[in-house]
Amino acid sequence: MDTCIQKIREIAFQLLDKKEVEKVIGFSNGTIPMATSPITIASKQDTEKLVFNSTCGLNLANYIRQQKGKIAVIAKGCDSRNIVTHIIENQVKRDQVYIIGVPCNGMINKSKIKSLFEDEIQKFEEDGDSLIIESSSKKEKLKKNDYLRENCRLCQHRNPVIYDVLAGDLVKEQIIDVPYPDVEKIAALEADARWIHFQDLTKNCIRCYACRNACPLCYCPTCFVDESGPQWVGKGQDKTDINTFHFLRAFHCAGRCTDCGACAEACPMDINVRDFTRKLNKDTFDMFGWEAGLDLTKRPPLDAYSPDDPNDFIK
Amino acid sequence: MKFITIDKKNWAKGIEKSRETYRLFGPVKDKNGVFIRTLEKDMLPDMTINDSIMSVKSVLFPQTEKILFTTLDEAKEDHHIMKRVEFDSSPRAVVGIRPYDAKAIELVKMNFDTDDYRDPYWCDAYEATTFVGVGINKPGPFDFSTSAGTGPFSESGLDVLMADLDNAYLAKILTGKGEAFMKSCGFEKNTDEKESQALFDILRKEAEKNISSHIDTGKLKGKTVLELHEAPFWDDIAFACINCGTCTFVCPTCWCFDIQDETKQKSAGRFRNWDTCMSPLFTKHATGHNPRDSKTQRVRQRFMHKLKYFPDKYDKGIMCVGCGRCVKSCPVNIDIREVCKIMNSYEKNN
Repeated sequence: MDTCIQKIREIAFQLLDKKEVEKVIGFSNGTIPMATSPITIASKQDTEKLVFNSTCGLNLANYIRQQKGKIAVIAKGCDSRNIVTHIIENQVKRDQVYIIGVPCNGMINKSKIKSLFEDEIQKFEEDGDSLIIESSSKKEKLKKNDYLRENCRLCQHRNPVIYDVLAGDLVKEQIIDVPYPDVEKIAALEADARWIHFQDLTKNCIRCYACRNACPLCYCPTCFVDESGPQWVGKGQDKTDINTFHFLRAFHCAGRCTDCGACAEACPMDINVRDFTRKLNKDTFDMFGWEAGLDLTKRPPLDAYSPDDPNDFIK
Repeated sequence: MKFITIDKKNWAKGIEKSRETYRLFGPVKDKNGVFIRTLEKDMLPDMTINDSIMSVKSVLFPQTEKILFTTLDEAKEDHHIMKRVEFDSSPRAVVGIRPYDAKAIELVKMNFDTDDYRDPYWCDAYEATTFVGVGINKPGPFDFSTSAGTGPFSESGLDVLMADLDNAYLAKILTGKGEAFMKSCGFEKNTDEKESQALFDILRKEAEKNISSHIDTGKLKGKTVLELHEAPFWDDIAFACINCGTCTFVCPTCWCFDIQDETKQKSAGRFRNWDTCMSPLFTKHATGHNPRDSKTQRVRQRFMHKLKYFPDKYDKGIMCVGCGRCVKSCPVNIDIREVCKIMNSYEKNN
């Protein structure tokens, strides 16, 4: 993946040089270890600022709506699926985005890595399949594959599903026999234990809404939690209100979520909000054979009507 | 100034003893990191971690606080008349906070306790609270407190400052409140004032030397508000921002709140919740007009408030204590140190 950055920069340079796009949306280096930051590049001289590595865990499809003119965007497998979803949902037009596809080997689980250290990480380097991480008290060399985010470990769409150009060779897709082990584990719990699991999951939520705001799907002009007339949900730290937000947000993403992991990545409290969305991803897969963002010609199952729908109530 | 030595072997017992008088709060490890929470029975403050994810501000200013209540039952004489929720004025102590958090309380006080207005909820809590801090021997890489008007052994805002000496704590009593707390713990072993102060000075210098992160705010004052407000860099700074409120919620100096009324059958409550200037709702008028409708405007507001409006209004330095929490927690790595650098070095027509 580290070799593709030169290619990304070259492509971006050419696009801006030939004025084919107004700007390129990508990642730049962060100011702290294991951080990268979304950036927009409008001048070809600035294309050197673009980087791509295993810390680019946010989803850039979240940044392509409401842009003026034609833009280019760097897209991993999941980002590209959200671009497809945006196109289907009329949030962008296909000819308005130039997609620089990046075949992806997975992003790292930053909190898992942080938990190996008592003190703050001061240095992070990536060398092929190895991660070299240093704090003031110790140095660790880790195998990247052991520290992938859960969604990346279980990902079956590492290659972009839609692109105008590729910045690297396509990678081999993983075949995952049990794609939802986490959902099955929670589903197997007794009702009480399941409730406790979710109560514990959201315990530290501060309602910053980073999960919602990092999500490309959450583009409602006014989110239901922000509505004031009528007010659907209380705004304080009452547990019922916090859970209402998480439950409803997840339902709103049913059949649309690509499990890109941006929500969990953005959460300052390390809440794995994917525990909610993945259950619905599994349901839409089991019931409709549906995975979001793979096909520009098909609408998500929950906003489509079909005469041969298996359910009776609709007929 | 009085100094007390506390053998760590006696620490737990002393803390336990203080519960006869105080409700205790302090750093507590949870699954995602350290939080400042109520110390339930048998819980001790975690004195080993440099900083907590959330700051100490919630002890005086909870994220959600019921402030008033009333009945909607019109058969009752006092229906619809809001009354203050009974306030627990019993003494509370926050033990093990970092000096920059205490400095932040002082900054927040400038807002809640002014000549014209006294916020009763915050001020009553403040008056009931004793702040027992512990110096940071080894500041982390995100700590830029020394260039934000405080530091790893800053005394400002604290009632007691302790130094961790491996087997013992050396406590410097800074106020009468601090003295009363130490007495309630049974910690009364005085030590030589001169020697103790010398030791504090050494520890402070050593710790300050270890601070590797700095900001320069020297030129901000000389620039006009409009010059910075109209500067061309805000769109670039704001681009990555997703407008979550993480930076404001983890910030020990962010004090903005929202008032919400909630009703349940015949009872009604008025709550105050933390609010965030990152949210479009923060400034949305009842007319539907929003003076800070764009992301850039909101991001600019946050940094202008911290680094320009506040220093201009109060002349007490910036509204930031350099704890680095927002730097670490920001999902898109917007770094106040970088923004400060851009603002401080900006020259119009440059």
